[in-house]
Amino acid sequence: MDAVIVNDLYKQFGKRGETLVSRLWKRASSNGKNGNGSAQGNGARPVVIAVDHVSFSVQKGEIFGVLGPNGGGKSTLIRLISTLMLPDAGHITVLGYDVVRQPMKVQERINRVSVEASFFKKLSPMENLLYGARLYGLNAGDARRQVVEILTRLGLEKRSIYSPMEEMSRGMQQKVAIARALLSRPELLLLDEPTTGLDPRSKREVQAVVREMREQYGTTIILTTHDMNEADTLCDRIAIMNSGKIIALDTPAGLKAMVSPQDGRPPTLEDVFLELTGEKLVKPEEEEP
Amino acid sequence: MTALTLQLRASFAFVERNFNLIKRYWAWEMVWLIYSTAESLSVSFIGLGMGAISGNGAAAPQVNTGYLVLYLLIGTLVWRFLSMIFYWITDLINIERWEGTIEYTLMAPVRRLTHMAGQTVFAVVYSLFFTGIILTVTTLVFKIDLSRANIPGGVAMILSGSISFIGIGIMASSLPLLFPERGAQMTNVFIALLMLVSGVYYPVSVLPGFLRQLAVYSPATYVLEGVRLAMLENVPTHELWGFMRPVLLIGVFLVPAGLWVFAQAERYAKRTGKLHRNG
Ligand SMILES: Nc1ncnc2c1ncn2[C@@H]1O[C@H](COP(=O)(O)OP(=O)(O)O)[C@@H](O)[C@H]1O
Ligand SMILES: [Mg+2]
Repeated sequence: MDAVIVNDLYKQFGKRGETLVSRLWKRASSNGKNGNGSAQGNGARPVVIAVDHVSFSVQKGEIFGVLGPNGGGKSTLIRLISTLMLPDAGHITVLGYDVVRQPMKVQERINRVSVEASFFKKLSPMENLLYGARLYGLNAGDARRQVVEILTRLGLEKRSIYSPMEEMSRGMQQKVAIARALLSRPELLLLDEPTTGLDPRSKREVQAVVREMREQYGTTIILTTHDMNEADTLCDRIAIMNSGKIIALDTPAGLKAMVSPQDGRPPTLEDVFLELTGEKLVKPEEEEP
Repeated sequence: MTALTLQLRASFAFVERNFNLIKRYWAWEMVWLIYSTAESLSVSFIGLGMGAISGNGAAAPQVNTGYLVLYLLIGTLVWRFLSMIFYWITDLINIERWEGTIEYTLMAPVRRLTHMAGQTVFAVVYSLFFTGIILTVTTLVFKIDLSRANIPGGVAMILSGSISFIGIGIMASSLPLLFPERGAQMTNVFIALLMLVSGVYYPVSVLPGFLRQLAVYSPATYVLEGVRLAMLENVPTHELWGFMRPVLLIGVFLVPAGLWVFAQAERYAKRTGKLHRNG
């Protein structure tokens, strides 16, 4: 049974006649060619094709990876699935509901974690999560108990559960973000670079939670990353996305079988990406410290 | 659990969150309270000083300072209350854009009506409380005689007026969706123009022609006039109906209009990717 069906999905930014050309775009394009399907619009206005006729489906209980460079269209894809953006063309069905026509039905069943933790900085994790829980109709008593339970399991000290978020490290904040998503018991969990910028230890903890979610609750997970190892070890299948297009989709082993061994060592996903695009997945300057 | 319970719980989410925010930002709220109180006091002192600054020399006994002080005080308090409701409601999107939580709220299974209702309940309750404190302080400073005032009538008038300000607030709250960078500043323009034409500190009759024509469309014009008649002239409540009716009519029109405008703005933001700034 498919949890998510994406059919010929298309999204572009900067259509003619719309006041846009956000700083985002400018920044992305001044960073050098990040491999985006950019084209000139009719009115000489730059158009970015963020998601370019993408189709795939994700099975229930699957951990599905979307691997690609910055600006490849991963976040846009996630936003389209999570009802935060409307597609220009194509359809997305989540657990049997169309994201455009039945957004509430979809919203009840999904949650999302993004790169930036996104909290009320002066509020504590408890206050932030309680707010989140109420939005999903949980009652406050249950929610409070679960917040403590989940956060302690993720390794937060009792004390920090009640102090402002701004006093926490990024790794900790990211764990709270994951807790927020877990609280609503989503059937589909969208993880948009959940481990980017985390130290190796936090990274592994987050990855463990992801596995646990699937094992305990059978949660379907779509995870974007530009960390090849993460994709390799965590995902059942991986879609490689570049310039808004899915250029390959297979199991990690299947992807690696696409290229011949390099200098005697077994191929990595990086080799696959290089072979398919002629570019390195992570450019040296954006490699993490 | 029924859909209604879910939505009620969700609407309480906004009340509770705002309350928590105020608790954490209490120092800032105190500053704001002191600022507002000082402002209301200083405006009302104009009334006391009127004799001296009228240009007729120190003794100008024609001025009924008690009346004038109350006239100005009503202006500043009614305005404080209505504009506070407006600001809290316009913060619907803005506060979350600033904190970066907007996408999480907008992807939750919450009807926009529920969202607005929560924010509105908080806005009205908190504005009542806040204005109440200023009222208490100012009445202590100016020993105001309210024996000849129709207080229930005045309150009814203000509450009727708040409905239209809720509508204007909802409409203006969509600005940050359309203009991520400037939207919040633009809401200030709304309120400044309303203040100019509504006769907060003067009767609208002193305005030049074109501004006076605009005054007719401002719900605050009717609210202020109605409250003043009730509090200063002891006009009975049933005679205030002439002021309540236009205000309620404007409100009944503005609230659904605001919701409609907001829905369009939300669609636009979701289509053009204006909800997020980065990531
Ligand atoms: N809201 C937006 N407005 C304009 N352009 C955008 C917006 N969001 C993303 N883009 C552009 O779309 C492309 C894909 O971005 P994104 O989906 O964020 O990629 P990724 O998550 O893979 O880094 C980039 O060129 C980016 O600049
Ligand atoms: Mg991204």
